[in-house]
Amino acid sequence: MIDQLLHLLPYAFVQDMLVAGVLVSIVAGLVSRFVVARNMSFAVHALAEVGFTGSAGFILIGLSPVLGLLTGSLVTAFFIGALGLRIRERDAVVGVVMAFGLGLGVLFITLYARYSLAFTILFGAITTVSQGDLMLLVAMAALTIVGLGVMYRPLTFATVDPVVAEARGVPVRLISILFLLLLAAAVAEAVQVVGVLLILTLLITPGATAERLTAQPGLATAASVGVALLATLGGILLALVTAVPVSFYVTTIAFVCYLAARLGAPALGRFRGNPTA
Amino acid sequence: MSGNGRSRSLGASLAASPSDQPAMCFDQATLAYDDRVVWSELSITVPRGEFLAVLGPNGSGKTSLLRALLGLAPLASGSLEVLGGPPRRGNPAIGYIPQHAGFDRDVPLRGRDLVGLGVDGHRWGFGRLSGEGRTRVEAALEAVAAGPYANEPIGRLSGGEQQRLRIAQALVGNPQLLLCDEPLASLDMRYQQEITELIGGWARDRRGTVVFVTHDVNPVLGYADRVVFVVNGRWAAGPTDEVLTSEKMSGLYDAPVEVLRVRGRIVVVGEASGTGFDIDEPHHFPEPVGAH
Repeated sequence: MIDQLLHLLPYAFVQDMLVAGVLVSIVAGLVSRFVVARNMSFAVHALAEVGFTGSAGFILIGLSPVLGLLTGSLVTAFFIGALGLRIRERDAVVGVVMAFGLGLGVLFITLYARYSLAFTILFGAITTVSQGDLMLLVAMAALTIVGLGVMYRPLTFATVDPVVAEARGVPVRLISILFLLLLAAAVAEAVQVVGVLLILTLLITPGATAERLTAQPGLATAASVGVALLATLGGILLALVTAVPVSFYVTTIAFVCYLAARLGAPALGRFRGNPTA
Repeated sequence: MSGNGRSRSLGASLAASPSDQPAMCFDQATLAYDDRVVWSELSITVPRGEFLAVLGPNGSGKTSLLRALLGLAPLASGSLEVLGGPPRRGNPAIGYIPQHAGFDRDVPLRGRDLVGLGVDGHRWGFGRLSGEGRTRVEAALEAVAAGPYANEPIGRLSGGEQQRLRIAQALVGNPQLLLCDEPLASLDMRYQQEITELIGGWARDRRGTVVFVTHDVNPVLGYADRVVFVVNGRWAAGPTDEVLTSEKMSGLYDAPVEVLRVRGRIVVVGEASGTGFDIDEPHHFPEPVGAH
């Protein structure tokens, strides 16, 4: 198996795939910290599912499925942002937009009449992404990382401490909208690796695992990126030498990390409790 | 609606010399959300170094007063100056301490991280705290004696400890004006005293100005230079002993209200309820629209 891998690694398409995997993992690791802290898992699901519709629609008219996914999730982010940023409204708005978007997806797939395509988008297969789309993916991921880097600090402030953040002049509402757009891009990228239905494995599990490991925000972000890297690269490499899809390996590795963090964290002494309480 | 306060403007008598502008100056200021007037024609001037307690029942617009000072709630009419200029968002000379809300137990944030956000959390970018920033965080933690638990997850700390960190977070920016929105709510008596002493002590030592919103005046009696009492869109301002009197309160509430002083505490009692209640439970006050 190792021999097989060493044989494959020199190929350009394998290296491109790994580069894309690294960038997508960094995006996923950063974003999932905020998805967990802002309770946005449902929104992530909606962005991915309507991304599916965009992807199917673009294929139908002969355009790039990666661009289609990005378009679908950005349009969804726009609707969620315009219709409901308040927590109470948000769930309902997300559900309403997602249901309609997915309905359109059914129509597109029926018109195209190739159901194997649906399987690929739903369950992911970075190994089948075309060379051109792989380059597009790398560019998108790099841009998303830059965007997250620019807003990382005020986004952290607005997420953990919104009342004081607003008092200190952080544009809390603008930050919410910008994050939603970055999240849409992150979803479009991560879907290429794990597919629409398994998106949460990259956009929730790393952040949730990191929270279990440390209370220090910087370390937690590093741990989150680490888990995403381990799952994505491990998944891609294992899928190259076996007949099982990438997404199975990614979900399994991520889940094992989460379980290990939950079971192992007490032993590590995270949350020592408060001696003065 | 604002009749009670209009003639009591303190602006003229207490305005400082031009070289020493007041910390804040409301002049005939009216705040309204849509069509609902929160308070109207409010006129108060607070010189630098003073401690103003903002009193009144829930929903009377105490928090809105702070939001106006923070530049988050524009006035419908009148004017407001803060530290010599119009209110603006993100003024670094203003510190803000919110009500104790309680962090989720598992939020990955330590006490020192909360204080660190007070240094640079509003700035764009990814960067870590600078060396100078870390020094300021240490100094702020020490000033509130929060060092022993600064590395604990914040959600695991007691309410009093979290509020101490809140004070450090507000003071780390070295403000001139400190706005406190019910910082004592849901704290027990001991913590109420500690937190009030920290804030009052800062004002005394640094000649800082404090605006302290509270529904119970008693914890701040020893610190407040003056109070403003807001209710039903009306207000009264002045030294504590002049505002918290039976006549003044009865006028504000438009109903018989008695102010008692018992063992150094002030208790405000509405006659109509038949049972004793104090300023802690303002919703028990009789509705002004009564039929006799």
